[in-house]
Amino acid sequence: MTVEQIAKLLDARIICGEERADHEIDIAFASDLMSDVLTLKEDNVLLITGLANMQTLRTAEMSDIQCIIFARNKQISEEMKELALENDITVLECRYSVFRTCGILYQAGISPVF
Amino acid sequence: MHFEYQIEGGNFTRAGFASSEIKKKLKQLNVDLGIVKRTVVATYEAEVNVVAHAYSGTIYVDFDEEKVVIRLVDEGPGIPDIEQAMKEGFSTASSTVREMGFGAGMGLPNMKKNADDLQVSSEVGKGTTVQITMHYQNPNNK
Ligand SMILES: Nc1ncnc2c1ncn2[C@@H]1O[C@H](COP(=O)(O)OP(=O)(O)OP(=O)(O)O)[C@@H](O)[C@H]1O
Ligand SMILES: [Mg+2]
Repeated sequence: MTVEQIAKLLDARIICGEERADHEIDIAFASDLMSDVLTLKEDNVLLITGLANMQTLRTAEMSDIQCIIFARNKQISEEMKELALENDITVLECRYSVFRTCGILYQAGISPVF
Repeated sequence: MHFEYQIEGGNFTRAGFASSEIKKKLKQLNVDLGIVKRTVVATYEAEVNVVAHAYSGTIYVDFDEEKVVIRLVDEGPGIPDIEQAMKEGFSTASSTVREMGFGAGMGLPNMKKNADDLQVSSEVGKGTTVQITMHYQNPNNK
């Protein structure tokens, strides 16, 4: 599924990385704990989180995560946006809870990491 | 090539800066992306540990022909029992650290998994030294 399709399903806003909206995503992981995200071996994982701080972006950068959905209506700061742009990370903001976000994506065929 | 970076204890906004610089350098050296990821994940975990658990630190990075050695030396409380600290789930992280998305006791075991070689030494009341060695071409790629 493409980032654009995901944004549509979740009624989410693409904050940055619009130019990569056709990027394909197959697997996702949801966590507010970056310690857990850092243990993932898979590449090109979609991260769904309610933790909006600089370390969310840094964790994505180190783990080669190319797309993050900030759920629960969390909004990212200018500083976070700059880091996302610098590292070509696509960022979406979504009003839905993490549970609802995951439910919709799971139903639409996105697979869990494990 | 030798580089040094300072780490400030408690400063979560800046945590990851050094790991990010190391990532750029490894990419310039055309190191396999899987090895780059293992290197920067391990380094970032170590960097966050200094921010989360120590007062200040320095990262010394040495790139040679076939490997990079990353040494993080901090001034801090030290680790009284390294064997215990290496166990998954062991953490003394403060609530502030947990609010930042860390403190699950996964960092050291994850560093061990990702690094070709990991050395941890510590002196209680003084500080901790973590050394990560990564080969650009790893024969037994993890
Ligand atoms: N540089 C350090 N200085 C002092 N204590 C440390 C240092 N690094 C680790 N420790 C101790 O070892 C414990 C385990 O570290 P580890 O990185 O595995 O987990 P954590 O940092 O608590 O949580 P996580 O890494 O999952 O975010 C820490 O909680 C802390 O008590
Ligand atoms: Mg840690």
